[in-house]
Amino acid sequence: MHSSLWLTFLLVVPLAGAIGAALTRKVEGRAYVVAIAASFVELVLSLVVAFLYNDHVAQAQTFDFATRHVLSAPFGLAYDVAIDGISLLMIVLTALTVLLALLGARDRRQEPAFVGWMLLLTCFTMGSFLAHDLLEFFIFFELTLIPCYFIISQWGGRERSKAALKFFIYTFTGSAFLLIGILYLGFAHQHQVSGSALTFSYGALSATTMSHGTAVWLFIAFAIAFAVKAPIWPLHTWSPITYAEAPTAGSIEMSALLAKLGTYGLLRFAVGLFPLALVTMRPVVLTLAVIGILYGSMLACTTPDLKRFVAYSSLAQMGFITLGVMSGSTIATVGAVLLMFNHGVITIGFFLIIGFIEKRRGSILIKDFKGLQGPAPIMAALFTVVMLASIGLPGLSGFVSEYLILIGTFATHSWWAVVATFGVVAAALYLLWAYQRVFHGRAEGANAEITDATTHEQWVLVPVVVLIVVLGVFPKPVLDRITPSVQQLIHHVAPSGVNK
Amino acid sequence: MKLVIPSIHYLAILPVLIFFGAALALVLASALARGKVPLAVATSTVVTAAVASLVANFFQWRCVARAGASVTIAHAIVLDDFSVVASGVIALSVIMTALVAHDWAIRERVSGVEFHILALASSAGALLMTQANDLIVIFLGLEILSIGLYVLVAFDRHRATSSEAALKYFLLGGFASAIFIYGAALVYGATGSTNLSTISYFLGTNVLLHPGLLYAGGALLLVGFAFKIAAVPFHLWSPDVYEGAPTPVTGLMASIVKVGAFAALIRVLISALGTQLDTWRPILWTLIVLTTVIGASLAVVQRNVKRMLAYSSINHAGFILLGVWAGTIRGTAATLFYVITYAPIVVATFAIVTLIGGVGDEHHSIERYQGLARRQPWLSAALAVLLLSQLGAPLTTGFYAKFAVLASVVDAGGGALALIALISAAIAAFFYLRWAMALYSDDGPEGTRVEVPRLTGIVIAFGVLVTLVFGVWPGPLVTLAQHATVLFTP
Repeated sequence: MHSSLWLTFLLVVPLAGAIGAALTRKVEGRAYVVAIAASFVELVLSLVVAFLYNDHVAQAQTFDFATRHVLSAPFGLAYDVAIDGISLLMIVLTALTVLLALLGARDRRQEPAFVGWMLLLTCFTMGSFLAHDLLEFFIFFELTLIPCYFIISQWGGRERSKAALKFFIYTFTGSAFLLIGILYLGFAHQHQVSGSALTFSYGALSATTMSHGTAVWLFIAFAIAFAVKAPIWPLHTWSPITYAEAPTAGSIEMSALLAKLGTYGLLRFAVGLFPLALVTMRPVVLTLAVIGILYGSMLACTTPDLKRFVAYSSLAQMGFITLGVMSGSTIATVGAVLLMFNHGVITIGFFLIIGFIEKRRGSILIKDFKGLQGPAPIMAALFTVVMLASIGLPGLSGFVSEYLILIGTFATHSWWAVVATFGVVAAALYLLWAYQRVFHGRAEGANAEITDATTHEQWVLVPVVVLIVVLGVFPKPVLDRITPSVQQLIHHVAPSGVNK
Repeated sequence: MKLVIPSIHYLAILPVLIFFGAALALVLASALARGKVPLAVATSTVVTAAVASLVANFFQWRCVARAGASVTIAHAIVLDDFSVVASGVIALSVIMTALVAHDWAIRERVSGVEFHILALASSAGALLMTQANDLIVIFLGLEILSIGLYVLVAFDRHRATSSEAALKYFLLGGFASAIFIYGAALVYGATGSTNLSTISYFLGTNVLLHPGLLYAGGALLLVGFAFKIAAVPFHLWSPDVYEGAPTPVTGLMASIVKVGAFAALIRVLISALGTQLDTWRPILWTLIVLTTVIGASLAVVQRNVKRMLAYSSINHAGFILLGVWAGTIRGTAATLFYVITYAPIVVATFAIVTLIGGVGDEHHSIERYQGLARRQPWLSAALAVLLLSQLGAPLTTGFYAKFAVLASVVDAGGGALALIALISAAIAAFFYLRWAMALYSDDGPEGTRVEVPRLTGIVIAFGVLVTLVFGVWPGPLVTLAQHATVLFTP
């Protein structure tokens, strides 16, 4: 056990950064410096937490850095933070994403407000991953909508209003189910334990006994909210327009990070709290995940613009994560958690490069590009690395996680794994084809005059490439931290069931 | 025949007396004074009266803490923490409205003290409703509240919509009052009393073999209340009246009518007819579903912000009813918490609408708000916060208000109802966000800056502060609402 103050710092630093950035509205460019400093400190803090984290506590069935303060007893409202190996990885991803997004996709229009919203978003996302209490999680989860909404609606593309509204309404409706589910669970717990106050603490609620029917209904309520956020087919329809219309930094935050809130919630809360429902719901969600993989791959082939392309390929990747999360196998779940991180890094890479191209050409339509490889070889090389990682080339990060997911799932639910494997092939198809259309051939006109990645842009992508390669070759330190926590969770979910 | 004067506990009715007294004083002053009573005098009289009422509330609170809840004037008036807190909210709304109305009156060149007299009298009616322990007293409060408002709605004499709204409100309102009193008569026929405690005692100790009369009476009472709180399908007056009334009056209506009507509704349904819970719950269920869903859906198509807020307040009324539906202490506390938090937000929102409405109080289309953020970032940020609070976003009191009522409903076994209501909130989010988006849009006509007078500015700042401070730290308000309903023994 460590001091929980570290986790509180993780929440306070971006908040202070946001306030600081808002206060510097008079001086040009200073808000940006404040924001970069805050997110750098945040990243360092998250790495410190990662090194201090003691994975032995997972084997003792507890969470590290835990603390709990009740804020309002009648509401069951509490400040309760704690992490295990799964949330640890997400915390690092959160800090990394905001830093890279700010560095690589700077937006100078109304900069203090922009970086302020970005840092607030970081604070709320961090809160969601740190929360060890369902109500607290819900509040942070819901709060992330507000910065997103403003980032899309103020700095987005031409159809930004529509995209922002669609995003907000979709997610808000999804959360309605989650809130009612949380309340139901809280009261079910209160009525069971005589004389106990209303509480939404994760530890307490995971001990609630319930009938199979109740578990199924609650699982569905939770899963709807998380499926919208992730997105999981068929609740994904908000995501292509939102990713396409959002400013690059916003797209990065949403697809690399907020999408993970969905799968993280699915694993931690839907799977973790309702083991009884899994027997019934597992085939359903696994099927949806597989459909998502194939459907996303198919649409990624046909979509006309690059951001939508990443949106659909993300849909397929989120399908893989969902597959691992729901498989009930330790190996596949470890792979899914790892893929959450890897997909985050890969998506940051994709969106950054697309942002660089958009800045030069003012377009993200695939048909506008041809032969960018000639004038911009470094950019093409960087894109290739990211793309190959996404395809799952051995030696790069995507391979490790997809491989773990597929073999784990094959052991427990073989047919779904077999069909999902086609998704890996499809990924190679759509990615290589898109690469061909954009980078191959002879560049003419505006395409020939495109400039290569600047030094700054190259440096921003260095962490992405390093992570892709290192986690592809030597994922052990990360796996060592995830595995005990996942084992614990799977053990709780299926005490007598499969554990392969 | 000997007339027995019942004993009167003056502290219990002190707030009502103060409000009526202040109204009378203003009447006298305007009659006796040479020339006109200055506006500043009228406004400060209203504010002083409301502050005095708050002070009286403080002593009432201490009295209840010492001696417990009590009834007075032949058991017709009750003094308990619930009434104290509800009265406090009303007094606060009156202060906020008076300050907004002051600046409004200067802008519109409204002279004379009639506005203030009527506002004081109406509020006295609302105060009476929070303390009523008898159907007749509720009726009395309802009428005092309404008659003042009928006139206030018509206050903009040069605007046809204002008089039209007043006429509509008056006709429908009179009709609703008649239905209410008829319901009271039927309940009297069924139970032998109009006193809520007696009715409750009678129903607790007797079994009605033919409960039809009671049911009919109860249903008619409910219709009367549903009209006042604008629950669907008794809401048809509300968009027109909200639109037609002078904007500060709309703010006053949205706040004090809700507080008064819900306080009385809780006493009737929970205290008097609590034994009939299983009978009125399904009716309320239908009413809530209609009110939340239709209120939110119709708001989406409005272009006039006052009409939009009218439908939004219908949606809120549905949410507040959720706490009543629960029929538990948790539910009652949640309802009280909702109105405590809702009143300042709605008054502050209408304060901003008053400002943007401009001279003549006529510019209420949503286009008027295009690009407000560029011209007046602070005002537009305040409006955005208030809208987010009405939407129910976390870190504002609006979230905890919705959370409280939903929790009470889920606790009472109404998961489906809670879900429907919450999905209506998602529909409602659509128009709050569209409004917020207009504030921050880049295109649109180059509008003019509106001057923010100091008093109105204070009111807006107060509303925003309340929603943000208690949105982060709801503890005190929750405890207050809970404390006020634990001793709920009318």
